[in-house]
Amino acid sequence: MAREADLSPVQAFLQERLGEGVLEVHRFRGDATVLVQPDRLLEALSAVKEDPWRFEMLTDLTAWDRYPTEPRFEVVYHLLSLSRRERLRLKTRVPSSDPVLPTAIPLFAGANWFEREVWDLFGIRFAGHPDLTRILLPDDWEGHPLRRDYPLTEEPVEFRGYTPKVPSQTIPHVPPHRREDP
Amino acid sequence: MIQRETLTINMGPQHPSTHGVLRLVLELEGEVVVSCRPVIGYLHTGIEKEMEHRTYHQNITLVDRIEYLSSYHEEFAYCLAVEKLLGIEVPKRAQYIRVILAELNRISSHLVWLGTSALDLNVTSLLMYCFRDREEILELSEMVSGQRMMPGYFRIGGVQQDLPEEFFPRVRRFLDEFPRRLDEYEVLLTDNLVWRQRNEGVAVLRREDALRYGVTGPVLRASGVPYDVRKAFPYSSYEDFEFDIPVGEHGDAYDRYRVRMEEMRQARRIVLQALDRLPDGPVLVEDRKVALPPRRELVRSMEAVIHQFKLVSEGIHPPKGEVYAAVESPRGEKGYYLVSDGSNRPVRVRVRSPSFSNLQALPVMVQGGMLADVVVAIASIDIVLGDVDR
Repeated sequence: MAREADLSPVQAFLQERLGEGVLEVHRFRGDATVLVQPDRLLEALSAVKEDPWRFEMLTDLTAWDRYPTEPRFEVVYHLLSLSRRERLRLKTRVPSSDPVLPTAIPLFAGANWFEREVWDLFGIRFAGHPDLTRILLPDDWEGHPLRRDYPLTEEPVEFRGYTPKVPSQTIPHVPPHRREDP
Repeated sequence: MIQRETLTINMGPQHPSTHGVLRLVLELEGEVVVSCRPVIGYLHTGIEKEMEHRTYHQNITLVDRIEYLSSYHEEFAYCLAVEKLLGIEVPKRAQYIRVILAELNRISSHLVWLGTSALDLNVTSLLMYCFRDREEILELSEMVSGQRMMPGYFRIGGVQQDLPEEFFPRVRRFLDEFPRRLDEYEVLLTDNLVWRQRNEGVAVLRREDALRYGVTGPVLRASGVPYDVRKAFPYSSYEDFEFDIPVGEHGDAYDRYRVRMEEMRQARRIVLQALDRLPDGPVLVEDRKVALPPRRELVRSMEAVIHQFKLVSEGIHPPKGEVYAAVESPRGEKGYYLVSDGSNRPVRVRVRSPSFSNLQALPVMVQGGMLADVVVAIASIDIVLGDVDR
């Protein structure tokens, strides 16, 4: 990964403040990213929300599946500082055995729906969330579709004379000859 | 003995004023809203999942369908994200063309909002006028891309083809005529007693609440926060143009109306500047590993045929990494977060949709207000359910 050597001031601040809690820091294409340990996440979020950084807006909260690597899920917080006109990406990783994170609602009220969406589509729980229910999918849906081991399949259609095609399996994401062994 | 009871009613998902398939569970005490719980997901199509299984170029067709009223912004944000991942610079002419189309699209999207939100308050004639003007923009879009909606016109590294000759007189004629028409609509609404009484002081969102909920776009600006992605993080040469960011004071539905009306005028200003200063040059990057070779080369050059074949069958291979790119769509900050592992398909495409965050602030706006004002609140945040549910 191409990395730009110079860190932004807020990255340096987090490194100093959290010490061991910061696992990785990088800037790729100018995006400042800090990977923190899950138990230090709230501390990091509230530290950058205060003066002088004032990352007071949570623009986005999402996750992605690093299957089959462990810890499997990476949860991503995109923060925005209006006064500094700066963005910051805070990330943390949770294992598939026990995917739980503390909720960020006390800090950012807008995290409510985002966390419900991450629960719905990835199955990551947020401890302390007042109403952690499915938001986009029906309540009786089984599984969490944005996990990479959840296949992309065809929906059954109830028309007469319709012969279903073979359900498409998950298209292998990286062709074998391109796969790098971790 | 007098009993005080609350009544729970269900509004939507099939309701004319929810602007799509939105369901609200409202708890009422008389006519006063005690609590409001939006229920969404009726239009969820799993586009994010689908995109993980397509190549970067194929996804342009999918992103068009997310927010169907402003497809150009959708393509814009997605292409910017992929270009950022690739680390390429788009030719200046293509950047200007993108700005022209995006701003025209902003006008057309705001016109739909104006017409439908006026319709909600029984100003039925305005809808026809707004759709008449929007029709002009849709025809311009057809002229440029062949499509009225969901154009699929932007490419990774530029745009599909140059603007046609006949586009320029037509767009100028529209832009000359447009301010007069906008004035007419303002005469109908701005100082209309009924319009003011139904909008002023209704669905108030205070500045602090707007920030807490991550609200963006005209709703945030009406609450007094001058945040616009075009100014804060200029992209695609927006720093070349002069335009103002209208900001409200009270954060009520009336301020949102004023902000959007002014935004249409500012969008016209940007288009005129971009048309005047439109630079010459290519509209797509020359890098054959990213963009398709022009048609005329295919009959003469073997390399062009190979590149064409590789790009169509396999697609591009961006480097490993993650990026976030955002544009200012008519509804707010539209962002794409891409994660790439170096293969020809993205590992994760996250669509940060402004309507999702804006809708989340709806309960704050309607609590303590009247039931009839819920309709005004929904109209004033201008949600597109395709964008909320993705």
